[in-house]
Amino acid sequence: MSPGVDVKTLVIDGKDVTGRSGQTILEIARENGIDIPTLCHLDGLGDVGACRLCLVEIKGSNKLQPACVTTVFESMEVSTQSDRLLKHRRTILELLFTERNHICSVCVANGNCELQSLGQSQGLTHVRLPYRNPDLHVDASHERFTIDHNRCILCTRCVRVCAEIEGAHVWDVMGRGIDSMIISDLNDPWGESSCTRCGKCVQVCPTGALFDKSKVGEAHPKYPDFLPYLNLMREAK
Amino acid sequence: MSQTITIDPVTRLEGHGKVTIHLDEQGQVSDAHFHVTQVRGFERFAEGRPFYEMPSLMARICGICPVSHLIASAKACEAIMSIRIPHTAAQLRRMLNLAQMVQSHALSFFHLSSPDLLLGLDSDPAQRHIFGVAAARPELGRAGIALRRFGQHIIELLGNKRIHPGWVIPGGVTEPLAAAKRDEILAMIPEAYSNIKIALNWYKQIADSFQAEIEVFANFPSLFMGLINEDESIEFTDGALRIIDAKGAIIEDGITAARFTELIGEAVEPYSYTKFAYYKPLGYPQGSYRVGPLARLNIAQTMGTPLADIELKQFKLIALGPVHSSFHYHHARLIDILYGIEKIEQILTDPLILDKHVRATAGVNRLEGAGQAEAPRGTLMHNYKVDENGLITWANLVIATGQNNNAMNRGVLQAARHYIKDGKFTEGILNRVEAVVRTFDPCLSCSSHAFGQMPLHIALVSPAGEVLDTVTR
Repeated sequence: MSPGVDVKTLVIDGKDVTGRSGQTILEIARENGIDIPTLCHLDGLGDVGACRLCLVEIKGSNKLQPACVTTVFESMEVSTQSDRLLKHRRTILELLFTERNHICSVCVANGNCELQSLGQSQGLTHVRLPYRNPDLHVDASHERFTIDHNRCILCTRCVRVCAEIEGAHVWDVMGRGIDSMIISDLNDPWGESSCTRCGKCVQVCPTGALFDKSKVGEAHPKYPDFLPYLNLMREAK
Repeated sequence: MSQTITIDPVTRLEGHGKVTIHLDEQGQVSDAHFHVTQVRGFERFAEGRPFYEMPSLMARICGICPVSHLIASAKACEAIMSIRIPHTAAQLRRMLNLAQMVQSHALSFFHLSSPDLLLGLDSDPAQRHIFGVAAARPELGRAGIALRRFGQHIIELLGNKRIHPGWVIPGGVTEPLAAAKRDEILAMIPEAYSNIKIALNWYKQIADSFQAEIEVFANFPSLFMGLINEDESIEFTDGALRIIDAKGAIIEDGITAARFTELIGEAVEPYSYTKFAYYKPLGYPQGSYRVGPLARLNIAQTMGTPLADIELKQFKLIALGPVHSSFHYHHARLIDILYGIEKIEQILTDPLILDKHVRATAGVNRLEGAGQAEAPRGTLMHNYKVDENGLITWANLVIATGQNNNAMNRGVLQAARHYIKDGKFTEGILNRVEAVVRTFDPCLSCSSHAFGQMPLHIALVSPAGEVLDTVTR
């Protein structure tokens, strides 16, 4: 360890681990092979703590903290797998599934969807809340891509990748609370927006909300792994 | 006192249906209806979806014939895109459609109808099912199960899934055929031939003993419609539609999907959620027609495959001109299966069948498109309208069961009038009324439900609502 680096020692799920000052709980957990589920977090993008799936317990605090934006401190004791947390994570997923229209069987992302995978890994066997079934539109005005708001979970990965990486900031969020919607430019059709057609938003979208028109009917895996490399290459310049 | 007999649900059908038989004061049948009791709403909730999602969305209508919906839907989308799909893709789809026809017909003939044919229409209902058939004639039960597996396995090999394969897309198919899969299908063909031979030989032996049923099982003159190739041979996937009259004269020919709605209308009756299709120039109900195996064989001059052609010649001897009794749907279904096996074998010898070019691409080039294909139980037509971005603004599906609906209702009435006298009926008689519906193998535009173990509840109800008699099994 080079001089001047402030090392923190902490405990996650009973395991002694170390990290640098300023690192998040999520980073250190993953470095040490401890899995914390996430949905809005993506390596290479700034974190916003929107989905709340990475909530963890910190000894001495009654409040649950999102691991993606909570930095570590000395002698911190973190628990990531308590019954309370598992229950909260399942409830969050239930809320996500009921909020809009997620019909896996006919979704382009079926089999390649992070929301679907989380439902499975978190043991979501059924949804106890009533479905809202909102009447949301599909914007297919773009030549290559489509946004289906029915499948959007408002993780804002598309907003961040477009603003932070592509630098175009076409996407943003309109409205508040349950009425929030992802919009392109000033709520213009995507096909008429200032979109650069780079497709990064499609690759980072965790569900079938953003998809490539040419992929419909076949497997449509997303490839968000390019982001850390892209960042690295830019820093090296 | 007038009475109503209700058969609810009608068993050994794909989906939920109900029959009501109305008796007048003398106990004679005054009217009878076949009701489809559930609404699905696919046409409505497809609105707003991108058109290229339609095949996989529409395939969810039915677990028995998802392939028919995939194909009709993809063809409607291709009309919107204004493209012709690559030759290999068309051949692969044709094979998929035939594989589904074979499995669906095997289900209808062996699992749903052979208990009546082998064990008798008056046999013990507790034994009148596929296991009863397997116990009485093991080789027949095995042949049926194997033929269904043959079709299902081809669907799985091509589309990676037996039910709701997503392989058919607007423009073609997602993946070319691998040589190993072709060889696997070819290896299954000899067994399929021997199984259909068992069924055909057996059926031809017993058919004559059902003369009484043949006379009254929806036995009346009607129009017939089905797909046909330019060389007068039977077709399931491409070709164009032909309509013949009760004497066999061609009254419409070369009907493309784009012209379908110009000639075919749909009427609505208050007692059923399924519409009643009719040939517009004759109006409703005079323009009602039949589709499916019987109609296809009545229309086709040749099957285009050697073994099925021999069977077609024999079938044509049943009547001078078109065969009118719907009982013969069973026979036609077996000939369809034989043709399907032969045609699949032919398709696999196509030198281009392993070609890698199986998909054409395009965007929205027209705002409306229609596609038609033969589902196992008859002609299926999908018609969509889209906006300039390709989002569905309107959809209409004309399904085979809707096109046979009038004939099924007439058939139920015909059989009920023949069998029910003076308000008296037995379980065997009601089973005959159900068996009329079964000859059409209607798929009540829904996914497969459990059958066989369903309770059959018949109530004799007076006009005052008093239950006079009930039979439950």
